[in-house]
Parts: sequence; structure tokens; C-alpha cells
Amino acid sequence: MSLLDRLIYFSKVADKTTDQHIVTTERNRDSEQFYRNRWQYDKIVRSTHGVNCTGSCSWKVFVKNGLVTWEIQQTDYPETRPDLPNHEPRGCPRGASYSWYLYSANRVKHPMVRGTLIDAYRKAKLNCSDPVEAWQSVMEDKVISKKYKAERGLGGFIRADWEEVNEIIAAANIYTIKKFGPDRIAGFSPIPAMSMVSYAAGTRYLSLIGGSVLSFYDFYCDLPPASPQTWGEQTDVPESADWYNSSFLVLWGSNVPVTRTPDSPFFTQVRYKGTKTVVIAPDYNDAAKFSDLWMKPKQGTDAALGMAMGHVILREFFLEQKTAYFDEYVRQYSDLPFLVKLEKHEKGYVAGALIRASDFADKLNVDKSPEWKPVLRDENSGELSVPNGTIGSRWDKSQKWNLEMKDARTGKDIQPLLSVYGKHDEVIDVAFPYFGGPTYKHQHFNASEHDDIISHKIPVQKIQTNEGESYCCTVFDLMVANYGLDRGLNDHNAAKSYDENLPYTPLWQEQITGVPKEQVITVARQFAENAAKTKGRSMIIIGAGVNHWFHTDMIYRSAINMLVFCGCVGQSGGGWSHYVGQEKLRPQTGWLPLAFGLDWNRPPRHMNTTSYFYLHSDQWRYEKVQLDELLSPLADQKLWKNLTMVDCNVKAERMGWLPSSPQLNANPVKLAEEAEKAGKKPEEYALEKLKSGEIHFASEDPDNPTNFPRNLFVWRSNLLGSSAKGMEYFMKHLLGAQNGVLGNDLKVNGQPLPSEVNWHDQAPEGKLDLLVTADFRMSTTALHSDILLPAASWYEKNDLSTSDMHPFIHPFHQAVDPVWESRSDWDIFKGLAKKFSELSTGHLGTEKDVVLWPLQHDSPMEMSETADASDWKHDGKELKPGFNMPKIVTVERNYPETYNRFTSLGPLMTSAGNGAKGISWNTEEEVEFLQQLNHTVTEETSAQGLPQIMTDIQAAEVILSLAPETNGNVAVKAWKALEAITGRNHHELAASRADEKIRYHDILAQPRKIITSPIWSGIDSEEVSYNAGYTNVHELIPWRTLTGRQTLYQDHPWMLAYGENLVCYKPPIQTKSVEKIYNELNSDKDYLVINMMTPHNKWTIHSSWSDNLLMLTLGRGGPVVWMSEKDADKINLKDNDWVEIFNQNGASVTRVIVSQRIPEGALVYYHNQERTVNMPVSQKTGNRGGVHNSLERLSLKPTHMIGGYAHLAYGFNYYGTIGSNRDEIVVIRKLEKVEWKDEEIG
Amino acid sequence: MKIRAQIGMVLNLDKCIGCHTCSVTCKNVWTTRQGMEYAWFNNVETKPGTGYPSDWENQDRYHGGWKLDKGALHPRMGNKSGIMKGIFANPHLPQIDDYYEPFTFNYSILHKQAKFKTPPSARPYSMITGRLMEKIEKGPNWEDNLGGTFAKRSQDKNFDQVQKEILKEFENAFMLYLPRLCEHCLNPTCVAACPSGAIYKREEDGIVLIDQDACRGWRECVSACPYKKVYFNWQSKKSEKCTLCFPKIENGEPTICSESCVGRIRYLGVMLYDQDQIKALASTPDAEDLYDAQLKVFLDPNDPEVIKEARKQGITENYLKAAAASPVYKMVMDWKIALPLHPEFRTLPMVWYIPPLSPVQTAVDSGELGINGILPDVESLRIPVRYLANLFTGGKEKPVTNVLKKMLAMRAWMRAKSLDESPNPEILPEAGLSEAQVSEMYRYLALADYKDRYVLPTRMVKPNEDAYREKAEKGFDTNNSNRPRTNLFGGI
Repeated sequence: MSLLDRLIYFSKVADKTTDQHIVTTERNRDSEQFYRNRWQYDKIVRSTHGVNCTGSCSWKVFVKNGLVTWEIQQTDYPETRPDLPNHEPRGCPRGASYSWYLYSANRVKHPMVRGTLIDAYRKAKLNCSDPVEAWQSVMEDKVISKKYKAERGLGGFIRADWEEVNEIIAAANIYTIKKFGPDRIAGFSPIPAMSMVSYAAGTRYLSLIGGSVLSFYDFYCDLPPASPQTWGEQTDVPESADWYNSSFLVLWGSNVPVTRTPDSPFFTQVRYKGTKTVVIAPDYNDAAKFSDLWMKPKQGTDAALGMAMGHVILREFFLEQKTAYFDEYVRQYSDLPFLVKLEKHEKGYVAGALIRASDFADKLNVDKSPEWKPVLRDENSGELSVPNGTIGSRWDKSQKWNLEMKDARTGKDIQPLLSVYGKHDEVIDVAFPYFGGPTYKHQHFNASEHDDIISHKIPVQKIQTNEGESYCCTVFDLMVANYGLDRGLNDHNAAKSYDENLPYTPLWQEQITGVPKEQVITVARQFAENAAKTKGRSMIIIGAGVNHWFHTDMIYRSAINMLVFCGCVGQSGGGWSHYVGQEKLRPQTGWLPLAFGLDWNRPPRHMNTTSYFYLHSDQWRYEKVQLDELLSPLADQKLWKNLTMVDCNVKAERMGWLPSSPQLNANPVKLAEEAEKAGKKPEEYALEKLKSGEIHFASEDPDNPTNFPRNLFVWRSNLLGSSAKGMEYFMKHLLGAQNGVLGNDLKVNGQPLPSEVNWHDQAPEGKLDLLVTADFRMSTTALHSDILLPAASWYEKNDLSTSDMHPFIHPFHQAVDPVWESRSDWDIFKGLAKKFSELSTGHLGTEKDVVLWPLQHDSPMEMSETADASDWKHDGKELKPGFNMPKIVTVERNYPETYNRFTSLGPLMTSAGNGAKGISWNTEEEVEFLQQLNHTVTEETSAQGLPQIMTDIQAAEVILSLAPETNGNVAVKAWKALEAITGRNHHELAASRADEKIRYHDILAQPRKIITSPIWSGIDSEEVSYNAGYTNVHELIPWRTLTGRQTLYQDHPWMLAYGENLVCYKPPIQTKSVEKIYNELNSDKDYLVINMMTPHNKWTIHSSWSDNLLMLTLGRGGPVVWMSEKDADKINLKDNDWVEIFNQNGASVTRVIVSQRIPEGALVYYHNQERTVNMPVSQKTGNRGGVHNSLERLSLKPTHMIGGYAHLAYGFNYYGTIGSNRDEIVVIRKLEKVEWKDEEIG
Repeated sequence: MKIRAQIGMVLNLDKCIGCHTCSVTCKNVWTTRQGMEYAWFNNVETKPGTGYPSDWENQDRYHGGWKLDKGALHPRMGNKSGIMKGIFANPHLPQIDDYYEPFTFNYSILHKQAKFKTPPSARPYSMITGRLMEKIEKGPNWEDNLGGTFAKRSQDKNFDQVQKEILKEFENAFMLYLPRLCEHCLNPTCVAACPSGAIYKREEDGIVLIDQDACRGWRECVSACPYKKVYFNWQSKKSEKCTLCFPKIENGEPTICSESCVGRIRYLGVMLYDQDQIKALASTPDAEDLYDAQLKVFLDPNDPEVIKEARKQGITENYLKAAAASPVYKMVMDWKIALPLHPEFRTLPMVWYIPPLSPVQTAVDSGELGINGILPDVESLRIPVRYLANLFTGGKEKPVTNVLKKMLAMRAWMRAKSLDESPNPEILPEAGLSEAQVSEMYRYLALADYKDRYVLPTRMVKPNEDAYREKAEKGFDTNNSNRPRTNLFGGI
């Protein structure tokens, strides 16, 4: 008898193997029902997650007994071509663990209010029944006001009901509008693409009442300014399926398996097609595992690597031999052939601005906008040419805005001359700035020994301009010199071989990056060879690892140059694949009116958030980086002498480059009232007052109570716990709450004070009167709010989702009704609008509001009169709204009608039409369609007869009906609108889908592929995957830049001043956050000073949801930092030890993970790890430890403030200051004492 | 010959991104209950590492699997009398700390009406004792992405005969992800070790199940399983394990871990094998030969003789059809690119793995790689072949090298094709592949369509089964197991 046989004693033996080892028995198997029952369910609902991530994955949500039990990915996406893998099953462990939230102990179930505040309000209500007056009396009580603000975050929530919280919020908004102005009310919510209706709910309310909508993409530092700089495009990238068309993939600072989990198969699988993969990352990360070659530059030095690769490509594929494909590509699609003026400088000559038609006495016979028409030379005729496609031709109605190789004046064919070399009149010395030497040396990064100014020999031609005889060369000629390449001109600073230690050779980069030069040469060569063979199928997937540095532009531009040199941009399987943040709201044009109330009022109030919080959390008061550390050694230092970062921002606002919020130091509603009393138009009255200096921009005095932001709404976001760079400053100045700010302000430190901003010795604390958060879980932001609204979770509401990573649109759908007292975002803001309308009667009626509108990208304002960067306030110029300062517009708001307007599609859609990106079209047909589909408003209000938007599904239908991407009829109209500008035929691209109208119920059945539209630069077709720049290259639609080409030369005066007209290597900036701390450190105790980075976390749901129990279990159960074994040994840290991390910005407490895969000199604090879970008290501050953002502080880069200059023009989330965060230095040491301080105190 | 059908699984580790979606979706459905918080029917480990539970591969410690004793096959934990003796004090059982103490947090502190001196933060609590935990010291994925010192992680048994010293350097870091679930072995030790006869292997699909009515909670199976994939439910006091999602498999659907696998690394298919061979093959003397031995147990599903005999033995048509199109058979038998996990445990496991490629070693400074300077060759990959051999072939390196060569040959061949270049004609013969095979390999590995990844029959309806009646009564039959299987008129 076998062992099995003997052990199985109660089942009937039916059969045995011949060796008696295995017996087959007949047994009762009813117990299998135990597991079968678990798998049974009542329904499956298609929904998704409103995370900030780009996944946008469709999920099956399982419901059993009216409860959501679990979720799994949908696998029913429309299929790709037979030779491409399909998209299923998009999703990741973070999405799969979402259902935990619905019924978890951290769910916000009821409206809650800060106890002290609601007590005071209720008391006030006893004395005056009017809620607005009651709120006013609370606000004017200084003792109460200070008390409830100081209690923010310390617990103490009282449960309230919806009626009461809506009343308080509405009263606060009305009081604020009356007393300070509507622009003192702001709202923050990120990434609309991930749940566009939910986003629009809040911004529609804000836009109708005149509040400020805050941007996110720039603040998150996910916006790569290099994109608008190069392409005039916020960001447009290939979908992940296009990776599969590539035969050479470089993953640069992008950890695809973690940050693009559902897309990663296109990367892992294309390797089997023979695609070579190179991963560039300082640590051995998840992506490196899949590479053929792992290159590991020292973190933050990637531009040096990129410059050296560009050096190799230019030498081998342009100079030593001409590569026909590259040569043709750069002549047609880049600015390399354009002519640049060389200007006299004390150091010889320096590169200046592009030469334009206006530089010549006869303006080259150009009558319209000659100053916006740069010129090149036609190789065939040798004549100067004004080519088609420049920004001037975009707005001159000539239909010459295209990339046909023609002269815009004569229509004759041209062949742009790439280099004047060989046809040059002289060779001159031109000085270039160099930032990699001893002057700019950072103590944590290596530098070379080269001088700050490097002179190169440049071949030039003489040219007769308005200023007499000048020298010029092409951008290409400057580029070659800048990369340090020898052209036989006896240039001692140009390298003849890769082994010379001259910027920017492969040998030179070794000392900065630590990467062997041979690797650089081989990879660059193979990258280019592959592109030459395949017409551009080399691709760089690039991400936060390099984008989150202060000088991200330099890293990105070094990579972009490689792609443009090799003709990869706009080619299937090639190009620039930037994946940081979900920026692609595909049906954007249908959504804009809904989100910003453009159907009722235009323009809305938008604000760039980095500058907003830099000002209002008073981080500018602690700025340690001075402009002379950033300026080019060739810049005119006098111009910048008295300026600081915040001064530059103020100037940028005045010139209309950047928006402002609050806008003026006056209530814009009161201002209009005064104007009417004075019998003047409000916009003229405001202008007069600005001119006379009676009013000024609010940012000139941000610490004056007149200019405080007063009410802040946060929804779909954990602003304080995960987004607030410089979190402790937010706590201190914005909230007046407990904080861990450890440093001193400028004055105490004896640093120069700003010249454009009024200084108050005593900084305000607690600027915000009211912080309202809507969330489904208790985040740090929720914990610090005055009013917390229970939001429906992602399985409890209806909405839409799109992404840049795939071409589909698909829905959120209610699997179960909102649980407990929660409400969808649409219902939350609709309910608030109703209460606001009721309460405003008697306080506010139909009011005029003076709105400032910065010089917008994609409008004629982008050809402003500020190209010389002159600030009217100081340069004595006439104020010209819309030309050298923001446009001033009077908007009429009917406050008691807010609810009626919120819930209907306003009349401007019919009378003013719709559009975006510089084109517009009539949309009456779609409004009529929506009148039928959504039904019309029947009540006798100002909205009677208009399409209803009562529900979230109706809001979704508005988006779907108005957008070209989801309504084929609109797509055709949009293409025709573009045809009127380019003079070419495009609408065939959408013709095959002209009859298609994608509706909410269609996508409920299956995700739908969106329709090709001129709002984007790729096409959705059977032949190619979506690839950015595709229509630029294949339809000859210009990029929205100065030259209409890809801009590798930035000729704005501020770019020149900061030495960024051409790309170069810049080391990380010196944040100086630890210097003062050194003195306080006890030398007996081990500590280490180290560069801290905050890459994307594997174990949080995107960047906000880190309290999920499943994720915490798969991670290490709370905040951790990663460190190399070598660094840990230096300060005797063991794996899982508690550590304290701090600098002048604040302190955090975590455990440490010691690992071999982290390089020495890097501390990795994965973003984001909430302090609401497992965070002890900091021994340094005595308070609860902060988050990773507690160790950071915003610093602004002046070149990101440039506006009114073609591609460098402001757009919401499009261009502007970014919140970089990787240059920070911290102190780390073992935590002496683990302390919690979690006793209740009352 | 006794022909049986088995649902087998292949995981392509070369595509595994270590995301753990498989673990999470599995856990949500099967093990979020009280008593099972610590249990992960499917878990993912970062290798090198000691795994979950710690050191599970070390049978000197846990005594799992089978051993050969003077040529005879016995569970390593002992024969029946040995097992019975150990029932009340089994010294080889993993303890909760070998897994981890499951935790949650007191989130409710954040919602309090009370105030605190400093903003509150939820602290960890044990889900077993309900008591506060001072510090979380372990989790089911503690070594994620090479977390922990090399000294600790390299206690990994698979480092046997691998030169460790240089591998600890940053430059030489290597990692792979190893998703693990019940192997649904052909020769399961857990079945043999169960004193209650509660564990059985289903005849129709080979799924190994624990009868929750029959289990008496002796936990011998926990010890006996060398993969440590049986978990003791401390609430119900019974053992539980991965069921290969039989309620889904019966319906021709992939398991949850497979369906949710975003890396698209999993394949499910039918394998036909000869049950009469198991004992002899599992008794192959040399551990290095066990991989080859296991291959001998499988029958060719396209061999007319096999089909005829299988039909005779009652294997249904839908199973035969699925077996003929089985992606598992292709990878295990036709291309021999999938390998078993630790065949030296002698359980004949049925979850197979394609070993991963890896970046070239840092020593290759030039950036010029082995194949045409573009792609790496086997010699330059950074994961030591011996390490992979210890995982998959009982230490024999040749089969591992062969797989890696095939993968690289496929890449080189396809690169030439997609760039319109003429491929080096020696590439395929050297790797032992034909052109037809390589294009089929490419289809399955790269395009990996859903219908190619999962080829599953729905459950067999037995000839004597009253399916008509079952159709009407499904769902009403709970707790009616003793009802006589007759209709009103006494017939069946």
C-alpha cells in the first residue's frame, strides 16, 4: 500500500496507478461550494479611478448584496492592428486595491466642521439670522479667528449636515466677494483628464462667481517647460502603443514599470521585436531590469550626458558625413537654418536674437508683422527668404501658415541653407557661457576645470540691417560650436577627438556623470544609426527622474536635440515621450466651456499655482537662491542687480506674461462700481488707476491683508499632504497652523530684500479664512480643513476619463449609490451653487467684475510688445492692455442666478461659438442637439430654453457633444477652421468618422477610440499609433512657435541673460537649506548630509493615496526612505531603523530601507507618503513629522516667467513657473526617541 | 498508461514587472477574511531574497517536499508514523513571524472630535492580537526591489555555488521578480501528508484542493508543501490554499491572477500526462536530472495515439482540443523555454517559468554588446546562470542557457526582420530554433493575445450527470448536499 493510499481512509478507492503511488477516489466534493459562493456576484459595473495617474484604465467593479466587493481590469478595449499587442488588461495593483476605501475606517462619512469655528458660527447665528453677517462677525473676532486657525490639523472635528455646511461656505464666499473681491476665492484640483466632470464641477462654480482656478501641471513639476519652449505645445506625446513601433528605446529618468504600469508591456514586449533598450537611471530601478544596457549617471547631471551624446551625433552624422535623412529633416522641421545676429560684447561677440524681416530697412517687403517673421537664406538663390509658417503668418490671414518649403512673399520654392560654413565672409570669436566649472561648483556634484566663458570660432556672413553691417550665422553654426565640435577653424576650445577634455565631449562628461565615455559614444551612435535606417524610429521615453530638477530644461533640451537632429519627432515609433502627469484631456474643447463657465462669461480667472503659493505661503521670504548664481556670465549684470526671484515674478505679472491672483490690491467688483459712479467704463477706470499708481498688482504686497487669498476649495486632491512643496510654509503662513519651519527670513538672515515687493517685518500667519476640502478619506488636507465634505468615491459617481497613454475614452459609472452622506463632486458644487444663489440675494446682485487676462498663448496677444522685456512701470512706456500688460475685461456676473447658470449650457455657445488653440467654429448644431439630448430648462429663469446640465451624466454629454474628439461633425468643422489658416486640406483626416457621435452610454458598453482632431498633433488611424508631431511633419502644420519649426534656439532676452539660448549643462542649484543647521548638530552623533530625491512611489495609489492598507502591507507599512548600504554604514544605520530627516524647511521621520540598488550620495524619499499613517513626532521640531514636501521649498526660474512671445506665452498649465524639487539637500540621522504624542487633550 | 489532464501555468519572468496586481486581485477575492490576513495565495518576491515566508526554499529547515531514501520516495517530513508523532508539536512549521504579523492602523484617530497636541497619525495595530505594534518589522513583500542589506538577502538558498562577493556591489545589482502560487503539483506532498485525507487533486483538471469540511487543522500540509503555499486559517482552524480559481477555470476563464496580470506574463493551458510514470520520474536519483525527468511525464496532445487512448480513458473532446492548442505545452515541450520551480523538491510542480534576460554586466563599459554590437549575448547577462539554475533546474545550467539563447536569438532575428536587414542565418540553428518556431514564439511572447495566453476548456459534463436538472437548481443547492440525487419519480 502506498502512503497516499493509507492516509486516505474514508474515500472510496476507484482506481490506482500501477505502482500504487496514486489512488483515485470517489469523494463528496460539495465543500467546493465554499469557494464557489465567494466568486458569485450580483453585477459588474464598468468604472475607473480618478487618480492623477495616466493609466486611465477601465475596470470591472463587482457588486454583491449592494456592496462593492472587489475589482479587476476590463479586457475589452477595441483591438489594435494584428501586428501590435492589444491593450488589455490595463490596470495595476494600486487600482486593484481601491475598493478598500469605500468602507474603510478612514472613509469620510459625513460633513464635518472644525469645532471651534462651528461653535462660533452657531453662536453668531443666534444674534443675527443672516448667515453672511454671522460669518462676518466670526471673521471680525480676532480671538476666535486666530484660535480656529491654530487648531487646524489637531483633530476636533464636529459632525454637521449638508444644509449647514453649504450655508457656511456660501456665506463665506459672499462675504469675501463683498469685502475683498471674488478673486480672493480660489480652488485647487488637479488633472481634469482623470475625471473631467468632477473637476469641472468645482471650476464651473468658481468661474461663475469670479474665483481663481489654480493650475497643477506646472506646480507638480510635471510640465516640462522644454516642451512649450521647443514646440509651443504644453506636452503632446506618443501613446504607449507607439513604443512598439520603435526599434531603439531610451528610458531616461522614467521608471515605466512603476509609473506607467499598464503601458509597460509595450516596452517589455517590443524587446522581442529586436528593439534595443537603454535605461538611464542613477539607481538600479524597475526599468533597468528590462534594459540591455543600464547607464547610471550621477543624479541630476543628465544634461552632461545628453550634451555628449549630441556631440557624437553632430560629429558623426552631420560633420564627418552628411546623413541625407537628417539633413532634409532639420532643414524643413527645425529652426537650425534660421539666421542669428551676432552682437558685440566686451568678450568679443555673443549670439543674439534671430534676424527678422523687421531688421531690414525695406522690411524685406513684408507688410504685416515683420518683427514676427524670422528669416533664413535660400541655398539655391543665396537670397534671404521669409519662409512660410512663421508665427507672423499664423495671424496675418495670408494662409501661409504651413511648412511647405516656400517663400511666404513670392510663393517660390526654397531650400533653407543649413550652415554658412564655406560661404562665410569671416570667422569671428563668439563667447559662450559655461556653467560646469569651478564658479558654479556644487559641493555634492562634480565640476570640470573650465572657465565660465568659452570662446569659439564661428563662420559668419556680413549682412546689412537697420543697425548697419552686422554678422550673422545660422542656428546650426552656433549649435556645432556650442557642442564643442571642431570644424577646421582653429578653435582651441573645439574638440578634434572624443578624448579631449573640452565641453561637451564624451570624455568631458565622464568627470561630471561618472558614465564611461565609450558607453556614451556607442549609445549615441547606435541611436542615430537606428534613426537613419528607419527614418526616425528612435525614441526617448523621459520622465520625472530628470524633469523634477530646477534645470530640467537643460536636461530635456539635450535629449530633444538628439531627437530633432535624428529626425525622430513626428515619426511613428520615434520622438519624445514625456510621461509625467496626465495632461491629455482629449475632448478638451468640449470640456473647456463646461469647466470654466465660458458658456456664460469670458474670460475666466486662471492662476499659475507655483507663483501663487510661492507668494501666499511666503516662501519668497525665505529664498536663498540669488539671481547672480543663475545668470549667464555674459549677461548684463546691472539689469538684474536689484532683483530677486519674486521681483521677476511681479514684473512678469505686470507685463502680462504671467497671471496674478488676487489680481489687484482692490476689490474688482468695487472697482467697477466706483467706475460707474465716475461715469467711466470699468476697464478704462482700472487702467487710469494703474497708470497713476493708485492701485497696483496684489503681488507687489502679498503680506498685506487686502491681498490675502481668503477662501480655498480643494477637491480631488491632497494639496497639503502630497502636493504642497514647502509644506511647512503652507502650514505656517497660509493656515496659521502648527508647523516645522526651521529657517529664518531674508531680513533676519541679512539678505537683500526684494525691490518690487513690499516687505513687512512681521509675516502674516493664517491668511486663509476658510479651507474647504471634499474628499472620501481623511488626508492631511482633509485633517487641516475647516470644512470637510464627504465626497462620493470613484465607484459611486459618473464621469469620463482619457489619457495620453491610450486613444480611448471611457467612463466612471456608479456601481453603488454614494455611501453614507457622501455626494458626487457635481452634486456637491451644484448644492453649494444653490445655497450661494439663495443667500446672495440682498448682498450681491448683477455685478461688474474687472478681470485681468494675461497675454495668451495661441492668441494674437502672443505677438506682444514686450519682446524687449521692458516693464512699463520702470521704463516709462505707455500702458497698453493686451500688448504690454494683461488685457482688462469687464465681466458681468448675476450672482443670484449662479445656480441656474451652473445647471444649464449658457447662450455664449450659440452666440460666440467654441474653439481652442487659435481656431474656432460655430457650434449651434451641437447646442440644438444637446437641447434634445439633455432636455431644456423649463423654469422661468435666465436659463429657460437652454440645455440642462443637472446631472453628471448630462455634463458628460455636453463634453462629448461639443468636442471634436468625440463628435465627428465637430472634428470636420475644426479641421476646416484650421484649413483657413494653413491654406491646406486637412479635414479628410476626420471625414471617415464625420457621422459619429460618441455618447455616454456607448462608452459604458465599451471604451471608444477618439476621433482625429486639430487640437492635437497626432492622428488616430489604422495605419499608425498616436504620435505627437505627426501632423506637423506629415500635414505640414507648423509648430506653434516663433519660426513655426522646432525651436532649438531660444532668442528671448531673458533666455540670453540666463545663458539658455542654446542648451548647456547646468549643475543642480544650491538651495542652501542645511548650512545654518550644521552649527546645531551635535558632533558626537552620526549624521549625513545628502541629496534627497522624491521619485514616484510603488506602494501608494499614484501620488496621493498612501493610506491604503493593501498598499501599506506590500510596502513597509508607512513612510520609508531608501539609502545605499555604503551611506547607511557611514552613520551606523540598520535596515528598518527609524531616522529623522531635516533641513531649514522642516523635518520628517521615517524608517530607512538599506539597499544595494541605491547609489551612494542619494536619499530616495518616495513621493508621497502621508503623515496621517505611522508618522512619529520629530525630535527636531517637537511636532508631528512632516512629509517629503516638508523638506522642500519652491524656487522660481525666471525663464519660466517669459510671456507674450510666440511659443513662450502663458497658457493655463501650459507655460509658467514650475515647482522643482530634486535639488534639495537634507540631513539624515538615527531617530533618538520614537514618540507619538497621541493623547487626547480635550 | 493512465492519462490525466492538468491545467498548467507558465509565467514569463522576462516580462514580469513586479507590480503585484496578481497578489492584490487574488487577495481581494480570497483572503481578506479574518484568519487569512497574513495569507497570500499568490505573492511576488524580489530575488535575490529570502522570500515569504522567510527562507521557504530551505528544506533543511522546513522539511517540505519529497526525499529519496535508499531509492524510495518519502515525504521529507517523515512517514506516516513520523507525521502522526509531530501533529501536536511540529518543529518544522513556519511561525507567524516567518510570514509577518498582519497589521492595520487606527485610522479612526484622524476623525476624532477630540483635539491633540500635534496632528494625529494612525499607528499600526496587529490584526491578530488587536494590540498596538511598536514597529512593523516584516511584511509579505519586505524585500521588495532589493530592500534590505545584501548580507541578509543573500541568505537566499539559490546562491549555492554562486560567487557572492562581487555581486554585492551597487554596479552589479541584479534582480528578478518571482510571482508564486500553489504549484498544483502532479506529485503533491501536501496530499500525502494530510492525516485527514482532506486534500485531493481533482481528476478532471488536476487542481489540488483542501476540503474545508474534512480538514481537521493538523497543519501537516503546511509543513509538507516545500513551496509554503498552504496557509493555516487561525480563525476557522483549517488550512487553505490557492484553488487555481476553479470557479473561474470551470467556466473556461483564466484565474484572477492571470486575468489581472498587466505584464501579460501568464499563460494557462491543458497538459496531458501519464499518471503511471509519476513515482518513477519523481524518484530520479540526481536532482540535476529532475527537470528532464519531468518532461517525460507529458504526452503529446497532437499524437493520434495519445488522443485515441485519452478518449478511451474518458478525457472529453473539449479538453483534447484545448490540450492540442495549449500554450503551456508549446513553451514547456515544443520550445523548452519554460522551466519548473525547484524540481528537486520532487513534487512535479505545474507552474512553470521562463527565466529572465538581464542588462549586461557593468564590465561591458564600451556599450558594444555581443550580437552585432546591438543586443547582448548570454555570456554578458548580469544574472548569474547558476543562480537561475538553482531556481529552475536543480542546479543544471545547460537548460537555462538554452532558454536565454533562444530568447536572444528571437530578438536578433526579429530585429533584422523589422529593420529589413538580412539576419545572420546561423542565429536560429545555434539556438536550436526553426524560423517557424521563432515566429510562433514571437507571436506568443510579444503579441501575447488574450486568446493565445489562455486556452481553457469549460468543465467536462460527465455522461451520467443530470445537467438539465442542475441548470434549474444551481444556486438553490447550498447546504442540500445530502439530498438524494433522484427526481420525484425515483429516476435520475
